[in-house]
Amino acid sequence: MSEQLYNFGYLDENSKRMIRRALLKAVALPGYQVPFAGKEMPMPYGWGTGGVQLTASIIGKKDCLKVIDQGADDTTNAVSIRNFFKRVCDVETTEETGDATVIQTRHRIPEQALTENQIMVFQVPIPEPLRYIEPSETETRKMHALKEYGVMHVKLYEDIARHGEIATSYAYPAEVNGHYIMDPSPIPKFDNPKLDNSPTLMLFGAGREKRIYAVPPYTNVKSLDFEDYPFTPQTWTRKCDLCGSEHSYLDEIVTDDKGSRLWVCSDTDFCQKNQAKQEQSNV
Amino acid sequence: MFDFNFQEIQPILKVENLNKLFGFNKGCQNINFELFPGEVLAIVGESGSGKSTLLNSLSGHEQPDSGDVIYHAKNEQDYSLYKINESERRLLMRTELGFVHQNPRDGLRLRISAGGNIGERLMAVGERHYGDIRSKGENWLEQVEINSDRIDEQPRFFSGGMQQRLQIARTLVTHPRLVFMDEPTGGLDVSVQARLLDLIRQLVQKHQLAVVLVTHDLSVARLLAHRIIVMKQSEIVETGLTDQVLDDPQHPYSQLLVSSILN
Repeated sequence: MSEQLYNFGYLDENSKRMIRRALLKAVALPGYQVPFAGKEMPMPYGWGTGGVQLTASIIGKKDCLKVIDQGADDTTNAVSIRNFFKRVCDVETTEETGDATVIQTRHRIPEQALTENQIMVFQVPIPEPLRYIEPSETETRKMHALKEYGVMHVKLYEDIARHGEIATSYAYPAEVNGHYIMDPSPIPKFDNPKLDNSPTLMLFGAGREKRIYAVPPYTNVKSLDFEDYPFTPQTWTRKCDLCGSEHSYLDEIVTDDKGSRLWVCSDTDFCQKNQAKQEQSNV
Repeated sequence: MFDFNFQEIQPILKVENLNKLFGFNKGCQNINFELFPGEVLAIVGESGSGKSTLLNSLSGHEQPDSGDVIYHAKNEQDYSLYKINESERRLLMRTELGFVHQNPRDGLRLRISAGGNIGERLMAVGERHYGDIRSKGENWLEQVEINSDRIDEQPRFFSGGMQQRLQIARTLVTHPRLVFMDEPTGGLDVSVQARLLDLIRQLVQKHQLAVVLVTHDLSVARLLAHRIIVMKQSEIVETGLTDQVLDDPQHPYSQLLVSSILN
């Protein structure tokens, strides 16, 4: 409907070109935060303006877009961003992980294994992993350049000293390609291993802080840890109450005020497919 | 005091024609001296005489206008602090050099536990074993007379004297060979000062540290230093063994300084 009102992908071509240049640099320096001239988007900061700008710059007419928020395709943020791109570029959209060529996400990497033909776009709130310890931006850039990352372990040390284990469960810092340490957006540490040596190009966009970084395909991503407290992703003692999966990331849902709870996969597409498979085998 | 021959020993720090001026006679200029391993050198002088500027230049924090600061490292190599690249300089600064700030809040992370503060320098040089880092932290807390069961407390809840001792532990944990101290006892009450000085003297002897100490308190200099440099209006006006300078000052300003001690 709106091809006269907006350029394809909402952003004008020059802005897209500027973002693509930053992307090229980001891919060339895995994990390095590249500053870019972030644009105002028709949504507030914190709703995924960074990710939306990246998607807008890389999406083409033949692409098929999937948007997830907390793993789900049907939550507000996912639905509105999907509708936004439907309107401004009229591309095909999908909820099926396997069909998508571009997947924009807020908190999860899909359970289904990704391929070389797909691109993941992450919405990042705070791109700087050193921020917790070192408030000065000039100083953190210097620390990145000189690989002075001792303070990252101070954060993990504090975790163990206080909680007896590394309690950081999301935004878990990881070293990319043997140099830069990055904050892999607010994904749970459960998803950190999926970043390592992944066949998929991973792009990270922070709209408010105007930074882009990337993990190119088949790049080493090592989650930080101590020799005597190795990195361990979350595990659950139960199965998904809907599909029975034992290996997926589970959300706890409170169902009434009497203490009943439901544990379900956070990845809705994965869960539905699993359920469909079981129904078939039951028939 | 020394039973070795100076000629055979390499100075750990050599300062040649160092200049750092912010205005006419503001800062430090024409500074030349050598410091030997295990030696404690006090820089005394009035406020504004350039003591702290000199200390910052010596310790790698402030690029001088001209001149050279040459550090003789553990590997028997000489490093000119401002000619090597920044990454090498910062590596030296967190391994072989140490800096104790006058205000412990400048040298500590107040919202990180005492153990984390001590462990930071260890982790910065690549230690990755939590148990080791923690036991070294406990050991160093004991060495600076802080009960090791306070390892998980944040230093913002410590008293000023304890914070200062924690800062010293944090600095010494990587076994630096040369430590810079800027008025380490400033702002502490007299009895705490005395205990801290005693502790510093013990640690300096035990770990064979070379120290450059800035102070305006001549009694601190007398207690700790082997040698004294007196500064006035950005220049060194007198230098010599501590007792020599304090008991028989030559320069009129040193005489004034010594005579103004209350007895």
